[in-house]
Amino acid sequence: MGAFIIRRVFYAIIMLFVVSFVSFVIISLPAGDFLDQKIAELEARGDRSASQRVDDYRERYGLDQPLLTQYWLWISNFVQGDFGLSFEYDRPVRELIGQRLTLSILLSLTTLTFTWAIAIPLGVYSAVNQYSLGDQIITTIAFIGIGIPGFLLALIVLYVAIVILNQDVVGLFSQQFKDAPWSLAKVWDLMKHLWVPALIGAVTGTAGTIRIMRGNLLDTFGQAFIESARARGLKQRTVVWRHAVRMAITPLIIILGTEAFPGILAGNILVEVVLGLPTIGPLYIQALTTQDMYMAGTVLVLIVFLLLVGNLVTDLVLAWIDPRVRLE
Amino acid sequence: MTKETRDPLVTVKNLHVDFDVRDGIVHAVDGASFNIYRGQTLGIIGESGCGKSITAKAIMNMIPKQGKVTGEITFYEKSEEGSGEIINEIRLDQTDPDGEVIRKIRGGHIAMIFQEPMSSMTPVYTAGFHIIEAVHLHRFMSAEKIGGQMGKNIQKKRPVTEAEAREIAIEMLRRVGIPNAEKRVDSYPHELSGGQRQRVMIAIALSTYPDLLIADEPTTALDVSIEAQILDLMRELQETQDMAIMFITHNLGVIAEIADEIVVMYMGKEVERSDTIAIFENPKHPYTKALLGSIPEIGEKKDKLETIEGMVPSPFNLPSGCVFHPRCPSFMPGKCDCVYPEYAEVADGHWARCLLYDGCWPETTEAQAVKNQAVAAD
Repeated sequence: MGAFIIRRVFYAIIMLFVVSFVSFVIISLPAGDFLDQKIAELEARGDRSASQRVDDYRERYGLDQPLLTQYWLWISNFVQGDFGLSFEYDRPVRELIGQRLTLSILLSLTTLTFTWAIAIPLGVYSAVNQYSLGDQIITTIAFIGIGIPGFLLALIVLYVAIVILNQDVVGLFSQQFKDAPWSLAKVWDLMKHLWVPALIGAVTGTAGTIRIMRGNLLDTFGQAFIESARARGLKQRTVVWRHAVRMAITPLIIILGTEAFPGILAGNILVEVVLGLPTIGPLYIQALTTQDMYMAGTVLVLIVFLLLVGNLVTDLVLAWIDPRVRLE
Repeated sequence: MTKETRDPLVTVKNLHVDFDVRDGIVHAVDGASFNIYRGQTLGIIGESGCGKSITAKAIMNMIPKQGKVTGEITFYEKSEEGSGEIINEIRLDQTDPDGEVIRKIRGGHIAMIFQEPMSSMTPVYTAGFHIIEAVHLHRFMSAEKIGGQMGKNIQKKRPVTEAEAREIAIEMLRRVGIPNAEKRVDSYPHELSGGQRQRVMIAIALSTYPDLLIADEPTTALDVSIEAQILDLMRELQETQDMAIMFITHNLGVIAEIADEIVVMYMGKEVERSDTIAIFENPKHPYTKALLGSIPEIGEKKDKLETIEGMVPSPFNLPSGCVFHPRCPSFMPGKCDCVYPEYAEVADGHWARCLLYDGCWPETTEAQAVKNQAVAAD
């Protein structure tokens, strides 16, 4: 097992290097760079001296160097924990991400809890009572959930909350708490805002999970061990939860590992943008549009890093819950 | 045991199981009647899809929701004090399929093992887990005696503890011949061979000392030498536990070896029933005769194996009259395709559903001899 983990970590490191390089190249592929945009913007505002300062900026951000050198400078600092400077904010990327990371994690954990707490019982109910009225209703709602994009749902929620209910649901904090130090009141304020994006994420995520749970469970019900468990005199409930769900949940754990970990950074970016959340998602989108390459590259590498961690964790969890995949 | 002293455990009367599916109604079981006696083995034989397994599931009250069961299935519960009196007659077909009554019988009084030992255990649980699960449900330990009344010992029962259940599991694995049982109790199904898995299934079934073991083609998925071992094991355990067996198979050799009485089924219908020797020595129904004729014999040189002509008819489009008539070598035109044969006792204790024996039937000297032999064997 130890050797397995070491080998996986080794592959992961190679993978990260490849991804970081490819993403760096792709981000810098469009003509021009961040400064061209910046200067065009400054000149449009009437700042005539801007174009004269271009070279200063170029030198400062290292943009006058060839691409490979730029990459090397960035990645060698990256492994030491210095992710480079954000052009847009003129501040270290690490600091910007660090500020928002807690909220991103909190949001994704809340969404995940909502999703699983809703999806698994509904999926099980749906499978146990296949073709019943309840199953039909759940299935219909699930398909609507799969069909509606999250950002559209977010817009609808915003409209209802702001225009009809006159509630402040934008962002994660009310105005008075935005820059206030942490306190109980601020946490409470956060909770009051957090449920909106979490619920939107849950509605879109739940739908698929319900369908997967239902399908897996129906497959499992047809297996011989379910029949023999019933023939031992077990209660239907015990057969379902102890034997069927235990077997049917494996694919969900794979999904959890491979989607939830990268989802911390890139879960529901469009919803986060629509709701104006101070999480990493909107930061990432903005960095991509303005060619803020160190910022974009860093987030991308972190997403891939989380994906690889998620895969490794998934494999370990699977080995723990299913003896058949255990390595000798 | 003579026929008069046989002690019924489960009686099945005129059992019908119908499935209403999109293409019509399938009569999966169409009038089966037989008794299972304590300590005896009833063999049920027939080709695939003839309703053998559905009959077993009807006894367990495990027919899927779409199925409709009519007829009577009665289980005679004996008191456990050893006086041997019947204390309860339970109509299994009328119990709530997930109710307490049937759950106590399933696994407790009537245990079942299935054709697929490979997939009959939940893959994420150990062999021991399965046995312990059954033991916790159905086995109780006698605790302190709380007093005797009118010659009866009234004893308090308590549930089995975790440690005791594990002891029972190891003991059962040892009894079914699993080597190194103390270690094997913690093995997962995928770490056991097919034969070992079927042994574990038997251990699970027998750990609760059931009155009846329903074995639904338990050796079909196993190779022949393992099959012989499993059959020996079942017989041996049957003797020590005084347990009845309902043995379902399509294998004539196996059934000859294990059964006291045989029911032959064709297309959901019971076509013949008698004790094993009479079925093999003097079969009455042409289907049974054809089945027996298809067994190759050692030493006999043949170019081709005997087969039964034709195909099994579609369950949605059964032949008129006797369902076997299109394939029957003794087909009587104008009779077999018009009249549905009644089930008739054609010899003492020998029932057949065939128009050959309509009204009168010849009592041949041969049949008489077989019968004498059978009585002598009893």
